[in-house]
Amino acid sequence: MAEVSLHNVIKRYDNVEAVRSINLDIPDNEFVVLVGPSGCGKSTTLRMIAGLEEVTSGDIYIGGEIVNDRPPKDRDIAMVFQNYALYPHMTAYENMSFGLKLRKFPKEEIRKRVDNAARILDITELLDRKPKALSGGQRQRVAMGRAIVRNPKVFLFDEPLSNLDAKLRVQMRTEIKRVHQMVKTTTVYVTHDQVEAMTLADRVVVMNGGSIEQIAGPQDLYHRPKTRFVAGFIGSPAMNFIRCRIEQNGAGLRARISDKISLPVPAARSSRYQSLAGKELTLGLRPEHITEPRRSDRDQNCEFEITLDVVEPMGMETMVFFGVDGQEICSRVEPTSAAGPSEKMRLYANMDHMHLIDPQTGLVL
Amino acid sequence: MSTAAVVARGAGAGLGLKGSLSRNRRWALIASYFFLVLFAIFFLIPPYYMVVTAFKGDAEVAHMATNPWIIADGFTLDQFKLLLTQSDFLIFFKNTAIVTICVVSITMVVSVLAAFSLGRMRFWGSSILATGIFLTYLVPDTLLFIPLFQIVKAVGLLNSYWGMVLVYPTLTVPFCTWIMIGYFQSIPKELDEAALIDGAGHMQMLTKIFIPVAMPGIIAAMIFAFTVSWAAFVYPMAFLYSADQQVLTVGTVTSLIRADVYKWGMLMAGALLAAAPPLVIYAFLMDYYIAGLTAGATKG
Repeated sequence: MAEVSLHNVIKRYDNVEAVRSINLDIPDNEFVVLVGPSGCGKSTTLRMIAGLEEVTSGDIYIGGEIVNDRPPKDRDIAMVFQNYALYPHMTAYENMSFGLKLRKFPKEEIRKRVDNAARILDITELLDRKPKALSGGQRQRVAMGRAIVRNPKVFLFDEPLSNLDAKLRVQMRTEIKRVHQMVKTTTVYVTHDQVEAMTLADRVVVMNGGSIEQIAGPQDLYHRPKTRFVAGFIGSPAMNFIRCRIEQNGAGLRARISDKISLPVPAARSSRYQSLAGKELTLGLRPEHITEPRRSDRDQNCEFEITLDVVEPMGMETMVFFGVDGQEICSRVEPTSAAGPSEKMRLYANMDHMHLIDPQTGLVL
Repeated sequence: MSTAAVVARGAGAGLGLKGSLSRNRRWALIASYFFLVLFAIFFLIPPYYMVVTAFKGDAEVAHMATNPWIIADGFTLDQFKLLLTQSDFLIFFKNTAIVTICVVSITMVVSVLAAFSLGRMRFWGSSILATGIFLTYLVPDTLLFIPLFQIVKAVGLLNSYWGMVLVYPTLTVPFCTWIMIGYFQSIPKELDEAALIDGAGHMQMLTKIFIPVAMPGIIAAMIFAFTVSWAAFVYPMAFLYSADQQVLTVGTVTSLIRADVYKWGMLMAGALLAAAPPLVIYAFLMDYYIAGLTAGATKG
């Protein structure tokens, strides 16, 4: 149990900066997820915390001590790898006890800890099997068990679920969350899957191009993204980004997205956006906030009519795609209300959830 | 794989027999078997000749009119009795065994350590060094024995089978190291990282993880070192000249061929006995030559 801190951490390979000056403070017992597209530096950051990569500059603290020059075994961390990295010639029991044996723990203590971890992970009856005889999910459990028995200060997960099929991934995700609730330990988890990030994390760190874009709780990240990248990365299907011009309309503002369609900016946001009048900006609106007209007390001004291009039924909801001025927009509607392709449909934009983004800086205004 | 999948595949193959694809496959199989049988016959004729001749009496061997491919005058073990009692065969056998055991041990220790450091520890110049080691293997022993003669003489091991223990590794170490570099590199990187985090040092990583996981590769290298050392001819021919130091390959030939007198029966019996240990070891170790030992280490 310990807090982890990264101060101005930089990693450079030859001339490529993989991680550009990262600052991150993780309090004790927090579950932090590093998420981002491939090549964003999230795995490198994790491997620097583990001690598998050297830090080019900056400091890494675990439990208040600088660990930059400590080898992985002296950092008191445990890591779960994407491909499990189980020792193929050892049984599950031997795999889990290997680290304790090297650290010269007494036999009874090792047995107690392995049995306990096996109970938590529900793999007691698999302990004498070799990895070859285990399924993907079981291997992943053993790999987690190997981390748990060590009772380390920090758990590190490097995309642990990427190799599992979709159904198992969801099960193991819940399992990881459950284990973290039982074994309270500071955890750093790397994934490229934003759903995993949102569901698991106390706080999510969104990374892009070697830098941190935003650090926030899952709800905050979803409703108050700071940059266009975060807004587009979190949420599926991704947020719509629509060119718009802010126009003064009497006392209020409107966002004009085409000759025919202009949507009113909610009164509550008017003062915040007042200085933007006349500017060409990007309007961000999630598919779930463009729906068929639902509530009776809705603002009729937020309605508009379009012709659908593509309709994708998903069961509990239907995605409809349409073009506005050559830009494709996705909307999430009730299956019963969806029109067919090439048909007209009336949609309602919930502008309370709008975001305005500066197209030059990519910042959410 | 589940039984259901196997059954399904079997059924698919059965159905497929009617298609053009399977007709194509049948022709490919027929051609394969034809050439395989041809090659098998070609390569098995000399060993067959050796076995047949070894169990004949001297009179039958010398008789020009009999069919050389069968034992006509009765099966006899005379050649073996003569070989073991009247020649230095047992001394040659003992010398070869000592040399081979030493050479295989030295080779394994040196090349496992070399391969681990070159293939896994990644230091400046390691890949050039690895290629360099392989290049030394490409120099044939028929060229090397001349300079090596000076070296063996200088260390006082001329006409001693301990000299062979010194020079054979120049043939075996480079190749075995090369095989094992490849094997070690095929072990996923995460495995050593997991071991590092678990608290293993480099030596523990080698003995507890790499050697067990790379066992098939190590056995392949051992078989190679054993074969080279057991069958070496040029070096003992050049460096050994008294019977008490001689090894099987050269010893059998030089002691059983006197001028133009060939003791064919004993020669073949000797060849048969000399070929037995490699055969037994191959058959025995092949069982342990378990491919896919690494299956299950990572996503498989």
